[in-house]
Amino acid sequence: MSKQIERAGIPVVHACSIVPISKTVGANRILPTIAIPHPFGAPNKSPEEEKKMRKELVKKALKALATPIDEQRVFSSEQKKRNLDCL
Amino acid sequence: MAHKYRVLYCLNQFFGGLGGEDKAYQPPQLHNGARGPGMLLEKLFPEIEIAATLVVGDNYLSEKTEEALREILALLTPCFAAAGEEKIHLLLAGPAFNAGRYGLACGAICQAVQEGFAIPAVTAMYPQNPAVAEYRKAVLIAKAGKDVMGMEEALRTMAALALKQLNGEELLPDQDNYISHGQRKNYFTKKPGAHRALDMLLQKLAGKEFHTEYIMPVFDRVQPAPPVRDIASARLALVTSGGIVPRGNPDRIEAASASRFGIYPLKGLSAFSSATHQTAHGGYDPTFANDDPNRVLPLDAVRELESEGAFGSLHEFYYATVGNGTSVANAKKYGDEIAKLLLADGVQAVILTST
Repeated sequence: MSKQIERAGIPVVHACSIVPISKTVGANRILPTIAIPHPFGAPNKSPEEEKKMRKELVKKALKALATPIDEQRVFSSEQKKRNLDCL
Repeated sequence: MAHKYRVLYCLNQFFGGLGGEDKAYQPPQLHNGARGPGMLLEKLFPEIEIAATLVVGDNYLSEKTEEALREILALLTPCFAAAGEEKIHLLLAGPAFNAGRYGLACGAICQAVQEGFAIPAVTAMYPQNPAVAEYRKAVLIAKAGKDVMGMEEALRTMAALALKQLNGEELLPDQDNYISHGQRKNYFTKKPGAHRALDMLLQKLAGKEFHTEYIMPVFDRVQPAPPVRDIASARLALVTSGGIVPRGNPDRIEAASASRFGIYPLKGLSAFSSATHQTAHGGYDPTFANDDPNRVLPLDAVRELESEGAFGSLHEFYYATVGNGTSVANAKKYGDEIAKLLLADGVQAVILTST
């Protein structure tokens, strides 16, 4: 679905917990999330903390949508670090 | 009794008999002897003896694959160190059918074990299982049906393939019913290429069956779309394969192999709640999503960021289906239809969430 929407020219960020599947299927902007049954949830945290984590993830998703890419990229924190290292 | 092959068998929590989604975070466990389909396997192949069964939860392995593999290798090291009558000859995993997480687990374990212990490892999957693309080149994957109805056949194919491999016999994808590694092999034929090509062409012209000698690989990649130029004014839409639907699932989207997607309003909604929405998705523990559907499709956070001006505006509908064993062809079709609607409504960016 992600690919067909991108084919139409709309950037998509695929927020998911099983990154290898997203990679092999061919999503372009991939955002790793928290867990399979609750990608945007952290049920073991307090509701306030959970909400904060969720909002941070959505912010990252928006940032990914505004980032130019030439090829598939996983927008993980390590990736961010690597990008910084390259600068 | 002829020579027995001692096998280490890998299963997920479900087939290993530990439980369903409630045990999906089960760390790897080693049990003596056969469990679940392993018992059928021993019955079908008297020359096979299952020495031990490794059981691991689907989520445990899929979410932290590297750590889980390290743990599994440590757990298996003593088994593979055994010699003489105790020696393990082979690792079998699955069949995983069309289950994505289970497929990843089987592929990852097979690859790690054959590399770490120099022992053949064979699994079985439905050819469209997403793990096939990841592991087909490294791992022998017997072809299996879509679901557990194909258990016996898949076990037969997988074990026959493994025994041939153990005996050093030549394997061919069509004849041995496994997923091609994409390797080419030279051989001599009596007919030169020009004749074979003409034969094929004549068959094709006559509308008869013909077989290509080299199947072209299909790379279905999409050029990344340009980024959103001005996120502060962009119109954003939410799409999910996590099955978040209005309570009662009005379109009756199936829990597995979904045959449709739904279009649902977001107007006037600041967040999802257990009173208004639920998940229709099978195959993962729905407790967390049903308690708070924002955990799968983060409407509450998106609305807050909208009011803070982090992006322009949220499209007034969201699109949902269930990505559980859904065929690639159907997912493609839903994607096309959703894209058309989004373009017509001037949407400029999409967050697509998956479980």
